[in-house]
Amino acid sequence: MNYSKRLALIAAGALFAFGLSLQPAAAAPSGPPIRIGSTLALTGPLAATALVHKVVGEIFVEELNKKDGLLGRPVEWIVKDDQSKPDLARTLYEQLITVDKVDLLLGPYATGAILSAMGVAQRYNKVLVHHTFGMPHLAKYDMQFATWALGPNPAETFTTLLYDALAKSAKPPKTIAVVTSKFPSVHFLSVGAREMAKKRGLKEVLYLEWEFGNRDFGPIASRVKDANPDFIWVGAIGLEGNLLLDAMKKVDYAPKNHFYLYPAPGPLSKSPEGRNALAASVFEEHAPFTSNPVAAAFVEKFHERGAKAGLPDTSVDVQAASSYSAWQVLTTAVTATKSLDDKVIGAWLKKNPVDAIAGHLRFNGPNNYGDDLMKVKQVQNGRWVVVWPTQFAAPGAKLIVQ
Amino acid sequence: MNLPSLTLLGQSLLSGIFIGALYGLLGLGLSLSWGMLRQINLAHFALAFLGAYLTYQLASAGMDPLATLLVILPCFFAFGVALHWVFARFSISPFNSLLVTFGVTVIIESLIQWIWTADYRRLESHYGEMKFRIGTLFVPFPELLTLLVAIALSLATWAALRYTDLGKALRAAAEDAPIAAAFGVNERALALLLSGLAAAFAGVAGACLALSYTLAPSQIYAWVGVVFAAVMIGGLGNPIGPLVAGIVIGVSEALTMALTAPAWAPLVSFSLLIVVLLARPRKF
Repeated sequence: MNYSKRLALIAAGALFAFGLSLQPAAAAPSGPPIRIGSTLALTGPLAATALVHKVVGEIFVEELNKKDGLLGRPVEWIVKDDQSKPDLARTLYEQLITVDKVDLLLGPYATGAILSAMGVAQRYNKVLVHHTFGMPHLAKYDMQFATWALGPNPAETFTTLLYDALAKSAKPPKTIAVVTSKFPSVHFLSVGAREMAKKRGLKEVLYLEWEFGNRDFGPIASRVKDANPDFIWVGAIGLEGNLLLDAMKKVDYAPKNHFYLYPAPGPLSKSPEGRNALAASVFEEHAPFTSNPVAAAFVEKFHERGAKAGLPDTSVDVQAASSYSAWQVLTTAVTATKSLDDKVIGAWLKKNPVDAIAGHLRFNGPNNYGDDLMKVKQVQNGRWVVVWPTQFAAPGAKLIVQ
Repeated sequence: MNLPSLTLLGQSLLSGIFIGALYGLLGLGLSLSWGMLRQINLAHFALAFLGAYLTYQLASAGMDPLATLLVILPCFFAFGVALHWVFARFSISPFNSLLVTFGVTVIIESLIQWIWTADYRRLESHYGEMKFRIGTLFVPFPELLTLLVAIALSLATWAALRYTDLGKALRAAAEDAPIAAAFGVNERALALLLSGLAAAFAGVAGACLALSYTLAPSQIYAWVGVVFAAVMIGGLGNPIGPLVAGIVIGVSEALTMALTAPAWAPLVSFSLLIVVLLARPRKF
């Protein structure tokens, strides 16, 4: 290249860099804040998981305000403690709307509280985007939008997915035990699992139900051991799965293959008895999920903020991902419509899917549900990895069936 | 319908005995303070869980889980003394003691959640790995220890109340404090002692809880109903009563779960309570 051409290139590069420097930096949000109100179970039996949602919300709002906020305005998140009580959640949502006069609502944690909040949102014609509703058939309000992507009929779709995974494994199970809590959002799925097992030709060797809050899992563990199924579906929520595993260990029984519906993910993966346990998920900390740069950045931030908040397990899984997705859905709709009008936002969401870290979320199906985006994950080497469907499996991970 | 195996029945029976012993151990301090001090100490359950969390914390720092009692017991004894001093100072009635101790329970629960968060904590210790085998039945060491401790403490307390001068003085003060005082019994000092002991028993129950169970602050309330049932069935102020009643309840629940639907188990303890209340209402 001759001298003059080289000089021209250098000059062009310099001009380009100068031009870039003239671009204005993202303007800090200004003006009165947009107030988004919600409750969370900051105390009470659901507080452990609600803390995850609190951390996610704080991360999202902070990131939003570091950029240009929402519609150019800063966002303020008002979160109240519903103490894990749906009746209190109802009262607090009324307060958020009538006293605090928030602009937008976001859903609380867990099915009971969301159902309460839904009733209030309906009364005031507010959009309610929520992240942890476990009973799609009860989501009757027209302007509610769920990011817990179970689909409208998870008792059929998710159980089909799970049994497909087992059927295609190296050693498909032939007998099944279904043991379940009577907690509402768990129970109906367990009944679905039972019915689907019959349709798939699995022999049911045991079916048991216990009241939510049961303390003694010894006899249940003994009955499972006696039945010795190839596969156990454990309709457990939170601590119950751990208590059952503890009880099975005490009678020297290790289940061959076991699935937990809504486990406490950290304790289960770290417990030696949780080896090869299966569960449902929509996101885990590996490719292809973390190939999304937004998801990857969120994972890193969550590790940092989760550790500061004292979370024993700072992995991003279905709870954190669904929560983050709820914020993504709400803010995407507001940005797209340039509006805080709930009817406008609701109408937009029904017509437009949102690509969130939980997946491609659409809200135009029955009860505003879209596809069942759940996957099957398994504890392998002390961590959760997705194993089915295979296109979402962690690199090198395969479903282990004994 | 398949008949349950003898192993299943035997293992369930053991499970019921073990959990019943824990009911009894939790109920021991409650029964003493309710029956002899006329204080319905709801905070007893929160104290037990605080003891469990302290056991977890100290054991995680390297202390033997059983050795943690050397630290926990004196602290809890002091707390129990202080609590009763407050009750006596403000002349709190039995009904008001329920309200006050409910407030103390909420404070302790919040403290636990603030320090340890609401997430689950599980003490992994070598005791948890130990179990014995009797034929086809398994006897886990932590549960066996709970049973032995419950029996030892209940019997020791009963023997002390029955055969020692201190025990007689305590019973006299419980029956009629002014007359006991007239006979030279320092009923105030004895009440402080008894309250301290009841709190210390909560600490012991907490250590047993930590060895056997996964902990969460909200679990405090899961034990209240059934332990109250054990205390009421066993008789207020009776050290052995809650243990016997607890084991009866535990075994009934366990066999119900083994033979029928586990969801029916909660019916058992409260049906028993109703029957006992109807059969001997004068106890209350």
